[in-house]
Amino acid sequence: MDFRSSEQPARTPLRSTTTTGLKIVVVGGFGVGKTTMVRSVSEIRPLSTEETMTRAGVGVDDASGVETKTTTTVAFDFGRISLNEQMVLYLFGAPGQERFWFLWDRLFSGTLGAVVLVDTRRLADSWYAIDRLEHHGMPFIVARNNFGEPAHPLERVRDALSLSGDVPLIDCDARRRESSKAVLIALVNHLSTLSSARESIS
Amino acid sequence: MTSWRVDSENPDRLYTVTGGRSRADENSLDVVSLIVSECEPTPGMQSEHVRILRMCHRPTAVVEISAELGLPVSVVRILLCDLLDTGRITARHPPSAPAKAQLPDLEILKQVLVGLQKL
Ligand SMILES: Nc1nc2c(ncn2[C@@H]2O[C@H](COP(=O)(O)OP(=O)(O)OP(=O)(O)O)[C@@H](O)[C@H]2O)c(=O)[nH]1
Ligand SMILES: [Mg+2]
Repeated sequence: MDFRSSEQPARTPLRSTTTTGLKIVVVGGFGVGKTTMVRSVSEIRPLSTEETMTRAGVGVDDASGVETKTTTTVAFDFGRISLNEQMVLYLFGAPGQERFWFLWDRLFSGTLGAVVLVDTRRLADSWYAIDRLEHHGMPFIVARNNFGEPAHPLERVRDALSLSGDVPLIDCDARRRESSKAVLIALVNHLSTLSSARESIS
Repeated sequence: MTSWRVDSENPDRLYTVTGGRSRADENSLDVVSLIVSECEPTPGMQSEHVRILRMCHRPTAVVEISAELGLPVSVVRILLCDLLDTGRITARHPPSAPAKAQLPDLEILKQVLVGLQKL
């Protein structure tokens, strides 16, 4: 486990006026820069924790036929940004692989939106995440993290990901605060566009 | 760090911490619900409860409590429910009830944008 020990220096508490916690999830394959992105915009050093879920009778022991219990454990990290006197935004860096999605509803229902971080050398890592986000009806944008490889045009990436034309796709460097900030702003702008469209319908 | 483990969580520890209970209303606590202490710890109180009450003098998100205590979110939810039931803490919940495919409120998004632009 990667828990932060309780002996470490004092936490930075939120303002006492804070009433509203919001969340955005950064999801992507191993080593794609999730923690780096959270760290570059967070006001605290990223913390990590985990969630477990025990499901009974999911697997059946082949020899005995006895029902088994399966515990799924997913570790994730997070940082935060105090937006104003009342609102704090939590940013979660979460793995995109299969087991993680069992816990999506318990951890991330009510999330404003998601950033899918992709490394073009390993695009396949993000197919599953994109599919799941669509399944959950969670709005998202895709950010291509800059690992210095010769750049393909972003439109090639869009094709490779079978991304529909209305999902924003941008370049970023997760190590840079300004760049990570721009990614978050792009996501919120996208969410605003979707919300305005909905409100004008209703 | 991500792990996929089958029955690897130490069950004794989790059992001890939560008194073996598991409750329905845990789900009302979001990972970003903000917890505020409403009293001081009292002698004889379970040590995790004491730590939570100390930590939450200022509002503290469920997930921060989880990281600080080194306990999974689901275990922390159970501990918090004990304290909620007895009025020792209160919770400030996030705005929209989690609903599938629900888009966030425009007014909230506007405030998020202003906050991010100030970063
Ligand atoms: N060149 C380059 N390196 C980056 C960038 N973002 C992250 N890295 C590096 O990539 C490595 C992995 O970054 P992490 O932030 O740990 O990635 P992660 O997605 O959290 O990884 P896991 O949690 O292990 O799946 C680190 O060495 C980072 O410094 C980037 O934009 N450009
Ligand atoms: Mg990481």
